[in-house]
Order: sequence, then C-alpha cells, then structure tokens
Amino acid sequence: MEPWLSGSFGNPSGSHGVARAARKAIDEARDKVAAFLGTAPGDVVFTSGGTEAANLAVLGRAGAAAGPVVVSAIEHHAVLHAAQAAERLFGSPVRVVEVGNDGIVDLTALAAALDRTVSIVSVQLVNNEVGTVQPLSEVARLVRRRAPGAVLHTDAVQGPPWLDVSRLAAGADMVSISAHKFGGPQGVGALAFRRPVALEPLIYGGPQERERRAGTHNVAGIVGMAAALEAAGQQRVEACERARRLRDKLRTGLLASIPAAHETAPGQEKLPGHCHLVIDGVESEALLVLLDEYGVAASAGSACASGAMEPSHVLVAMGYPAEEALGALRLTLGHTTSEADVAIALRAVPAAVSRLGGSVMPAMAAAG
Amino acid sequence: MRVLVAMSGGVDSSVAAALMLRAGHEVVGATMKLWGGPSDSGCCSVADVEDARRVCQQLGIAHHVFNFTSDFERDVVTPYVEAHARARTPNPCIACNAHLKFGRFLQRAPLLGFDAIATGHHARVTKSGTTWQLRRGRDVAKDQSYVLYMLGQAELARVLLPIGELTKEHVRRAASDLDLRTAGKPDSQDVCFISKTGGRASFVADRIPLREGRLVSTSGDDLGAVDALELVTVGQRRGLGLHAVSLPERRYVVDVDLPRRTATVGTLEDLLVERLQIEDLSWSHLPLVPDTAVQVQLSAHGRPLRGQWLGGPEPDSGRIVLEEPTRRVAPGQAVVLYAPGSGDGAAADSGRVGHVPDTGGGLGGEVVLGGGTAA
Repeated sequence: MEPWLSGSFGNPSGSHGVARAARKAIDEARDKVAAFLGTAPGDVVFTSGGTEAANLAVLGRAGAAAGPVVVSAIEHHAVLHAAQAAERLFGSPVRVVEVGNDGIVDLTALAAALDRTVSIVSVQLVNNEVGTVQPLSEVARLVRRRAPGAVLHTDAVQGPPWLDVSRLAAGADMVSISAHKFGGPQGVGALAFRRPVALEPLIYGGPQERERRAGTHNVAGIVGMAAALEAAGQQRVEACERARRLRDKLRTGLLASIPAAHETAPGQEKLPGHCHLVIDGVESEALLVLLDEYGVAASAGSACASGAMEPSHVLVAMGYPAEEALGALRLTLGHTTSEADVAIALRAVPAAVSRLGGSVMPAMAAAG
Repeated sequence: MRVLVAMSGGVDSSVAAALMLRAGHEVVGATMKLWGGPSDSGCCSVADVEDARRVCQQLGIAHHVFNFTSDFERDVVTPYVEAHARARTPNPCIACNAHLKFGRFLQRAPLLGFDAIATGHHARVTKSGTTWQLRRGRDVAKDQSYVLYMLGQAELARVLLPIGELTKEHVRRAASDLDLRTAGKPDSQDVCFISKTGGRASFVADRIPLREGRLVSTSGDDLGAVDALELVTVGQRRGLGLHAVSLPERRYVVDVDLPRRTATVGTLEDLLVERLQIEDLSWSHLPLVPDTAVQVQLSAHGRPLRGQWLGGPEPDSGRIVLEEPTRRVAPGQAVVLYAPGSGDGAAADSGRVGHVPDTGGGLGGEVVLGGGTAA
C-alpha cells in the first residue's frame, strides 16, 4: 500500500493515466477480497470498516425491503444498533434471538423468529467477545426454509485471519470484514455479496461501488487490506496452530493460578487466539489498569462513548448477572504474540488479581 | 508519591493534576462516569470526559475512565428520589462526595498502587500534630469545604486538595499559562444528573408519584392547593400559587407534613429558628464536647453563624443553639460545623506568600469539625 501513500494520488474514478493506475489497483484488490470470501469480483463493496459494512447490510437492506430484522442477542453493536436504527427510520420490527450460556445462538429461538415476512437475518460468524464460532450453516438452512424472502448477513469481522471464511460463511448472502483484524490498516473493510441484494445506500454522491457506496476510494487502505488478506490466507493453518497452542497454555495457566477464574463457554469451538475468562470478585475495569501497567493490553467488554467499561451485553445475554459480567477478561493473541508475551501475561494477570484482593496460587503464579 | 487525580473535565481538576505533576508526584488522571441518563449539564458528559482526557494528553499522563454508574444510581440517585418521597430536601453532591469521590474512587486508588488521590476542590487539608484538618479554601467565595464535611481522618490522610491554596483567578491563570483547553470553561453549577430542560420536578416525577397537597396557615386555615407536595421545600416562597393580594406579607413554607398532605406557610418570623437538630453526623476527628462554641454553615455559600454545640443522646446526632435566629433549614440539607477561629480570620496566616484574606463572614473559622443533615 506504500506507493498509494507517498506519491500516487490518482482518483480511481478519473480518466487519466494516474487515475487508471489507481483504478487497476482497486480492481485487483477487489478480485483478491472476492476470492478470499468466495464471491464474484464485482460483488464486493469497499467500506470504511466492519461497522460500515454491517450497517450497509442491515440498514441498507431494511431501507430497500420492508419486514422484520432478525439479529442474535450477541451481535456486535454495529449490527444491534443498525437494527435499532432500522426500526426507528423504516419501522422494521427487530426480533432479537436469545443465546445459550454456551455463547451460541439458540437455533430453536431463531426458528421461532423466522417467517416469510422477515427481510434480513444477521448472525455473526464468531462472537467478538467470547470467541465462540456460530453454527452459520445451520442458521443459513433455517433461513432458507422458514424465511425464503430474507437475506442472511454475517458479520465475519473476527473470521480472518483465523477461519476459512469462504467455507464457513458459504450460506450467507452478505459477509462483512474489517482489515485491521487481519493485519491490514484501520479504517477499511468490505461487504461482499454472494448473490445480488438490493440495498439502500448509506452514503450518496457518486457512482462508486455500483452506486452502493459513494465517495473517492481509500486506495492505500483497500490495497493494504487485500494484501493482508492474501498473506493471512497463506499463513492461516500455521498461524492457527501456533496461536491455539499459546492460547491453551495461557488459559490453562491462568485457570490454575487464579481459583476464582473460569472460562466462558468452556468446551465450545472458539477462535484460536481467543482467551475469555470471568474472574469472580474482581472488577475488570481495575484489572485492566494494572495489566496496562504490567505491559499487558487486555480488554473486558465494550466501551461507551466516554470510554467507560460497560457490562458486556454478550455475557448478560449468556445469562451472567451484571456484577459477574463486570469481571470479564479478554486476552487475544495475534500472529506477533510470542512465548515470552504469554509468559508475561501468566505472571501479570495473577499478580494484578492478587493486588485487587483476589486469591492466587503463589506457586503457579511463580511458575508462569 | 503516586497520585490518582479525579478529573471531571473542569478547570480546577485540570490544574490540580498539573500542580501534582509540578510537585514531583507520579500522576495519573481518572474520570468517573457516574450518570448514563439524559442530561444536558453535568460533570460526566462525553464532552467533559474528552476534556479530561485531552488535558491528560497535554500533561503527558495516563487517563482512565471508571464506570461507577451503578454505584451512583444506588448511593446518590435512589436516595435523592427517596428523600423527596419523605418530604426532605437532599444534597446529592454531598452524597456523591461521600460515596463516590471519597468512597468508591478513594477505595480503588490503593488497589491500583496509588498513595493518595487529589481532587480539584477549593478546600485545604493540613496537619496539626497528628491530626488531619479540613480547612476552607483560600478563595472564600469558591470555598467547598461545606460539601466535604464527611471527610474523616482516614480519608484526609489520603486526600490532596492542591487547588485550595489558590483563588479561582489563579487557577484560571495557571490553566491559561499551561495552555490547557479547560482554562476558560465555565464552572458547573447544577446537579449533574438533572437536565436544565426538565429540571428537578420532571426528574423526580419520572420516579415517584407526585401528588397535590393543601397549603395551610400557621393557625390552621386552608389556603388552597399546591402541586407536587413532595417537591415543596421548607423556606420556599415562590411557586406556591399564593396571591399577594390576599396575603400582604411574604409567605414561606415553614413545615411540610406528607402524611397529612399539608405544607404550612407563615411569615418570615414564623420561619426563624434558634435551634437546629442535626442527624447522621460525621466528625472530622473526635466528637465535639457538648457546650462548645462553633460556627455553623447552613448552605454551600451561606454566611457562617455563631452558635453552641449542645450535644445529643447519640454520638451521631445532636442540637445547636444559634446566637441569632436564622431561617429554618430544610430537612436533609447539610449543616456543617467549623471551629470558631481566632476572631479576625487572617491573623493566623498573615504574612504567608500568596495569602488571600479570609472573608468568611469576618468570623475567622475555617477548620471543619464535622457535619450532618438537618432533621
């Protein structure tokens, strides 16, 4: 993406040579993204990120077709808030589907929410907080059978670089991704289509992206996303194997050293780099401050506009009482996370828990 | 020392953080998110949190946001509404200081490795021998010791109030010299969780039923109806629906009786009292010995009055007799006791660099002894 940041500033919609070079770069990037997601090349809309992609899918569909919007209770706010906006702006009723304490969408509840009037169903590929992989092919089967008029969108933002999105999301009509989740730049993402879906755009003012998303392309960002996606695809199997091994070591070590810690949705299939715990009696807001001091960048739930931590809507939907949900700790490992980083976290987390008054096993903490 | 500065996003706490840094402490800023409901004023709006964060960026220190909304709801908002349901007039800022700033926040600080907290209050903490003392701020017009009366020895030992040595003008100048973005920000005035548009009435009305009551004279005559008796306050004159034509003298609420659904109105003379009953007392150090001369302050910027602490049967309640009659204090409002001082106020501190003459009613009392709420 470097050339597009330091000299080649052609507008890909122009008709001169510099513009044509930019246009070519965008078209090649579109092919790569489409190949990765298993869609036709023209059916990728570049966006400013996963949030815009999910908004375009949910709100855009609701704007173009009447009928209820069906979402799972543990969707990212990009989907949940877009669904609420669809209700406000277009009068589309929102049906929220419950999840079990295993962090998986309840298929019986989903079936009950579906009928012939539904316009869009949005179920994520992987939960962004607890990391549980959702049964998307069963979801797709239910949608086809019970709501044939509906389109299925999946927020696959957590998918790459870990999962084979083209296979797992094969039943979805629209797939959202975000570049910064797989090593690409921030502020760029895509909504890919497996079949034509009529959408009301969110942004007007030009013919770009087949009139589904106006505005001059973020050329460097788009090229960077495609390159990152390609690299992620090539390294996927090894990266997963490595992250899973480190994550298991981290999780086992933390569960052994912190008696009050337990894994959320144990035994479920999760992202390889995802470690999500709830620590009873420890406030994660304070825990994160101490971990930051120890050089561990962790997260808990989601932040509100002020930056304050909120009790996770995902854990609440999974049946955790609000006060337990405030003890969430999410540690994620990326392709750059090393054995040494895991060793630091294995010392830092028990040390921080201990400072906050939680009990830890000294021998285990030291061994980490 | 490692100091955690409670930053509201206002100019006082911004300068407090800067002064702590200048004093050589290791400083981190934190803003409490207290209220998530709709409000167009207040100390924890997104814009205020952003101001606090940007000031920390300017100062080169870390900034955190603590979400204490559920504590605030439980310890400040709910008691505020319940007090109205009992015909009391609560001061939620004092409840917030007791439970949030010098409760939850102060408790979290040592867990995170901080030796002390600092806030931007206009008051001072000093030490006399082994005893910590809370004193009025140098800028008597901005003094906030009244709303800090609940600080005992355990709290005072771990609280720094750097702004208390400065006048507001000095604070603004310091902020301006440091080019802090909050230098010209107006002071907050209102209860943070109550919006300007709806006001107290709509806030309380959304939470408890407000019902009509009767106004009666001190001799028991019915003077008509009054809306929302739960919102009527002792001392109130306006908004009662009494017409000047029928009552030549000004009329004030002198008592509210919720079980009987009446508010008694009378003349200014009927409102005056010489004795005050105080409850829920907290003492800065030791409880006062009965029959001790004190100064009494009955509102945030009220004139201090001379009086005598009479004591009471329980350590956390008692009576005060005043030298001159004063308007009755609405039940639930804070009554704060100060040591009487040396008489002219300035004597003890004369000659100090940066000294601002104490004009606290000319009585000189500036050390907080304790306080409670009017019964």
